Amino acid sequence: MESLTTRAGMWFALLVIALVAAALGHDFGFSAQMTIVAVAAVVGLWWTLTGSKIDALGNWRRPVGSETDYDDDPVRWGVIATLFWGIAGLAAGLFIALQLAFPQLNFEPYLNFGRVRPLHTSAVIFAFGGNALIASSFYVVQRTCRARLALPGLARFVFWGYQLFIVLAAVGYLLGVTQSKEYAEPEWHVDWWLTIVWVAYLVVFVATIIKRKEPHIYVANWFYLAFILTVAMLHVVNNLDMPVSVLGSRSYPLFGGVQGALVQWWYGHNAVGFFLTAGFLAMMYYFVPKQAERPIFSYRLSIIHFWSLIFLYIWAGPHHLHYTALPDWAQTLGMVFSIMLWMPSWGGMINGLLTLNGAWDKIRTDPIIRMMVWALAFYGMSTFEGPMLSIKWVNSMSHYTDWTIGHVHSGALGWNGMITFAVLYYLAPRLWGRERLYSLRMVNWHFWLATIGIVFYAASLWVAGMMQGYMWREYGADGYLVNSFAETVAAMWPMYVARAFGGLLYLAGAIIMVVNIWLTIAGKQRDEKPLTSPAYNPAADRPLVSQPAA
Amino acid sequence: MGNKRVDEPTGVETVGHEWDGIEELNNPLPRWWLWTLYATVIWSLVYVILYPAWPLLEKGTEGVLGWTSRGQLADEMSAEEARRAPILQAIAATPIADLPANAELMQEAVAGGAAAFRVHCVQCHGANAAGSEGYPNLTDDEWIWGGDLPTIEATIVHGIRHPGDSATRMSLMPAFGQMGILTPAQVSQVTDHVLSLSGQSAGNAAGAAVYAANCAVCHGPAGGGLRQFGAPSLNDAVWLYGGSRAAVAQQVNSARHGVMPAWEDKLDPATIRMLAAYVHSLGGGEAFAAPVAATPTTAPEVTPESEGTNGQQ
Repeated sequence: MESLTTRAGMWFALLVIALVAAALGHDFGFSAQMTIVAVAAVVGLWWTLTGSKIDALGNWRRPVGSETDYDDDPVRWGVIATLFWGIAGLAAGLFIALQLAFPQLNFEPYLNFGRVRPLHTSAVIFAFGGNALIASSFYVVQRTCRARLALPGLARFVFWGYQLFIVLAAVGYLLGVTQSKEYAEPEWHVDWWLTIVWVAYLVVFVATIIKRKEPHIYVANWFYLAFILTVAMLHVVNNLDMPVSVLGSRSYPLFGGVQGALVQWWYGHNAVGFFLTAGFLAMMYYFVPKQAERPIFSYRLSIIHFWSLIFLYIWAGPHHLHYTALPDWAQTLGMVFSIMLWMPSWGGMINGLLTLNGAWDKIRTDPIIRMMVWALAFYGMSTFEGPMLSIKWVNSMSHYTDWTIGHVHSGALGWNGMITFAVLYYLAPRLWGRERLYSLRMVNWHFWLATIGIVFYAASLWVAGMMQGYMWREYGADGYLVNSFAETVAAMWPMYVARAFGGLLYLAGAIIMVVNIWLTIAGKQRDEKPLTSPAYNPAADRPLVSQPAA
Repeated sequence: MGNKRVDEPTGVETVGHEWDGIEELNNPLPRWWLWTLYATVIWSLVYVILYPAWPLLEKGTEGVLGWTSRGQLADEMSAEEARRAPILQAIAATPIADLPANAELMQEAVAGGAAAFRVHCVQCHGANAAGSEGYPNLTDDEWIWGGDLPTIEATIVHGIRHPGDSATRMSLMPAFGQMGILTPAQVSQVTDHVLSLSGQSAGNAAGAAVYAANCAVCHGPAGGGLRQFGAPSLNDAVWLYGGSRAAVAQQVNSARHGVMPAWEDKLDPATIRMLAAYVHSLGGGEAFAAPVAATPTTAPEVTPESEGTNGQQ
């Protein structure tokens, strides 16, 4: 009873604080965000007081009797959140791609490109990718440690707290609350909230590893731990700033000018390195061997490429600031560390692909394995392209062009998207106690729609970016620039349309996935022909002994 | 490492760990992988010796090649400036009225003007110089202030309604309706008359009378315009602020006045001269006929400091 009173009192206090902050807020965006916090506090208060035992997933829980010892509720919620934010993020991406091709689609002020673009990037990276990472890490760490999730209450706080962070950030973007740092747009109060949630995540993860019943820590957990720790450090350092008022959403950063730019791109590049590379390699290291039912290719390679990746990635950020006010020596170091990063990055690809040694035929028969292999192939392509783009000679042409956006998306759509889809397909039947997915043929459709979508997307932006770069620097024989900026924009229009079409295909594939997983959770199975069945060949199959007499 | 076994499909021994059914093979690092890693490290070591790389107490190492990004830019820019200097000097030293006589120099001026136009002018006049509402089209033969080379140059030098430049082009049409000079009915009548000058309406006597009393002094009795006052012609299909009835009525009621900067402060004389030559070449350029003394050209003097600049300061 006392604990109930205490918890209800905490929710009530939060409600009062949020309402006061909303009422006294200096700007509309801040007040709107505090109102959302107040609504969240009301839900928490109601939950506590009614003693509600309603599961977030209603009667979709796995049947009684097949419960494992593992604490999988946050994982189940995470799978659904990943699906939801995935569709939201991809739809926002399609919308802004169409805005670039058809500027009339900019609806001022809330839905202009400047506000929806961070909504897209945050939704796909932090909401879709982040939920996939948190959910899969809770799933993997329990199984590879043979231990139940430590601190189950804190794990639930991590899940719901992270969703609140996403909603606060997204609403803020549309209302114009931003500190204008790429991939770190949320203002100080949302940053502080994320810091609390992220430290809680670290505590849950480390505590689970500590109580493990395995003698060794599996490689996937090294990568998850590197991801969680480094993101915490990056987030805190890049968001060191001073609020103008505790009741307003404005703040001033600690680092200014070129120092601020360097810190921002140290953060920005390592968000790619530790969020989108290390975290997703962790997913790869568990789910690829499980789906392929094969051992990891090389233990030694996993050690060497883990430590070399971690050590080298953290120095590569200055390559985002080539030919700027950043001193030449820092630019040089950013470039050479990026070049040396090539093989450590490829170590993960090799270890993933060669894990299929002895099971390569599954690429033909298992669309989930095919997605994983394709994801690793795109991972390899992007991690070759990245070091190449960091070379100053290449960068002098490619920087500020749409080639960069094409590069990011070959990694994001090809690697992060595909591996996440494969993991969701792996998890859905296991988490809800279903015999199999609703439909493997729909997975196949998803694979091809996504693949063709990526080809349209990446190829059109490669062409657009190189064309743009060469048009910007084109000098005539008379020594004067040939093109005005507006002419380069006009020249890219067909590529922008093709890019939006690629995004549409990718989104269509994701919608098929949502339907498929939805019906899997509901316990349905599609009556369909298997994807492959070896042809019946009477001549080959006929046993010698039973040859009829002529 | 207790449970080592040989994996059947590959014939490789496992390390002996197992997590949730996942084992690891004891394959060595692929040789090509390792040697490529070494190669990138060696390449990087060489690179950081050749180029600025290591931060020291005061500044970074400079690299044995002595390369800097600022130095590279300065070298490329000065090489280009040296290459272009004779042409720019010749253009700056040639009064614009004499430019057409030197076909080669004129061609150079048009090319340089086109490049400067893309940087400084397209924002208002458009990439194809066709303008838009409120920004004059520069490709036709309709000129508000005049379309021969010295006049265009003077317009660019001093701008239009540019505050602080005493020689700037200045015209100010009264807001006839807003200031109460004309009644709303008169505004409507005179609008009708203005449209009749280009054959878009039948016109009316009352409007003609209002026009004669208020408008003809600047725009001319037949609407031919008067460049001396910067009064646009009203008897053709070219309109600065739109030729619909509503647009013309709005302009009579409360005229808008665009501003163009005086480029004298921003660009060097050679670049301005090249811009004038380019604009003149777009299709509507007029021959320069009047004697030089009669036209108030205010082409800036060529000073030694401004010679050789590339005009993109």
